[in-house]
Amino acid sequence: MPMSIWEYANPKKFMQTSSAVLPWVAGLTVICLVVGLVWGFFFTPDDFRQGSTVKIIYVHVPSAMMAINVWVMMLVTSLIWIIRRHHVSVLAAKAAAPIGATMTVIALFTGAIWGQPMWGTWWEWDPRLTSFLILFLFYLGYIALWSAIENSDTAADLTSILCLVGSVFAVLSRYAAQFWNQGLHQGATLSLDKEENISDVFYYPLLFCLAGFVLLFVTLLLIRTRTEIRSRRLKALRLRERMA
Amino acid sequence: MPDLGKYAVEVLSAYGVSLAFLVLLVAWTLYQGAKAKEALRSYEERRAQDGRASSKEAAE
Amino acid sequence: MRALLFRDLALAVKAGGGFGLSLAFFLIVVVLVPFGVGPDTGVLREVATGVLWVGALLACLLSLDRIFQLDYEDGSLDLLVTSPLPLEGLVAVKALAHWLTTGLPLTLVAPILGVLLNLDPSGFGWIVASLALGTPALSMIGTFGAALTVGLKRGGLLLSLLVLPLYVPTLIFGAETVRRAVDGFDNTTPLLMLSGITLGTLAILPFAAAAAIRINLR
Repeated sequence: MPMSIWEYANPKKFMQTSSAVLPWVAGLTVICLVVGLVWGFFFTPDDFRQGSTVKIIYVHVPSAMMAINVWVMMLVTSLIWIIRRHHVSVLAAKAAAPIGATMTVIALFTGAIWGQPMWGTWWEWDPRLTSFLILFLFYLGYIALWSAIENSDTAADLTSILCLVGSVFAVLSRYAAQFWNQGLHQGATLSLDKEENISDVFYYPLLFCLAGFVLLFVTLLLIRTRTEIRSRRLKALRLRERMA
Repeated sequence: MPDLGKYAVEVLSAYGVSLAFLVLLVAWTLYQGAKAKEALRSYEERRAQDGRASSKEAAE
Repeated sequence: MRALLFRDLALAVKAGGGFGLSLAFFLIVVVLVPFGVGPDTGVLREVATGVLWVGALLACLLSLDRIFQLDYEDGSLDLLVTSPLPLEGLVAVKALAHWLTTGLPLTLVAPILGVLLNLDPSGFGWIVASLALGTPALSMIGTFGAALTVGLKRGGLLLSLLVLPLYVPTLIFGAETVRRAVDGFDNTTPLLMLSGITLGTLAILPFAAAAAIRINLR
């Protein structure tokens, strides 16, 4: 059966490669995260305006960055699935979604905690915060659609379409939110652009944290994709047994 | 422990929440991974035993 | 195609479900709001635009799962897919039928309900205009969501979860159009954006929805 070769050979190669790579990536993740967070938390000075809250940057910025990039990665892998029917690719998108959702939640929580002393309110309908909230809803919808459909190829196709359409609407929402809040409350929100004028003291530990979060994502993604491949194979085997 | 000044609660809770979510995510991922691995292994083991029996039947 | 449109419309009116229900739902939401926020006419005037838009949007959502569900259950969707008509066109007709039975009536009753909420006099024309421009997009996006969930047994809740985030840009620009007009600002930009979203969804989403139906019926 040529179909079964396609279904089997490619994931098998992925399983071999990923199991060889996984310990190294995991080790690097731990090193980067520990160095970055410890350095950032214990050995950076307070900012003259923001006081010690500036330390929140080391969890807020990396998680916010990953929240967006994970969705971009899902978009790319979904496209690869639609164009080339690459099975591992779409499973990687499925595996990535909960990680992205968690990153979004962390970014929102740390943003709210940071916003409280800085802006005097837990939640500001700032365009960025708003679009992150919407992004979180997109993650939820994507995950829910995956779990609702029995047949895994159907689920892969439909979630990929949702991911494509969702990406367009996520970008639209981002600009709509920006437009909406600028409309009448001009200048009421504080700029979140700390990246622009950040000094080296804060910058180097932040680099470690960014690298650590990226590596953490890769590690978790590899593990979760392996899990998906295994449970898919188990499902396929069971199905074949029932057919026989 | 660094001196966090008047924002100690905010900074600590931000780190606490983030780390808690990350730990949960990692734990959940590892748990699922171990479960899937174990399920597939036990299934294939069972299958291998059954398979030997059934292939003998088929040969006869 | 015209036959399909008339068939859908006749079914919607006869079955009564979607047609009257959405309107009743819209009315109830609008009536409930003053109980929630208090009878102060000033406050009501402030929130009137938003309540009308959100209410119309939720009312639109109610009847979405009926777009394909009945046809799917009795097998006529399979017939439609294998018919010589392009599936993309069929999807567009389905969305049109949904709009005629939901979006259009909602648009027409919105100014009457606006009176209940003490909507600013200058807002009446704009609420009709913005809803007339925006609800086709809501119907089309909803049809796409319905196409995604057509094979599922209890897709209703999932459908809302999928569709509501997609409604955000339409809602923002639609409500902003009215709000700016009421506050005496220039509302050309949100109006153009709203039209752009509607035209864009009408142009692109039939293809995505048709693809989703083909996958679901595979």
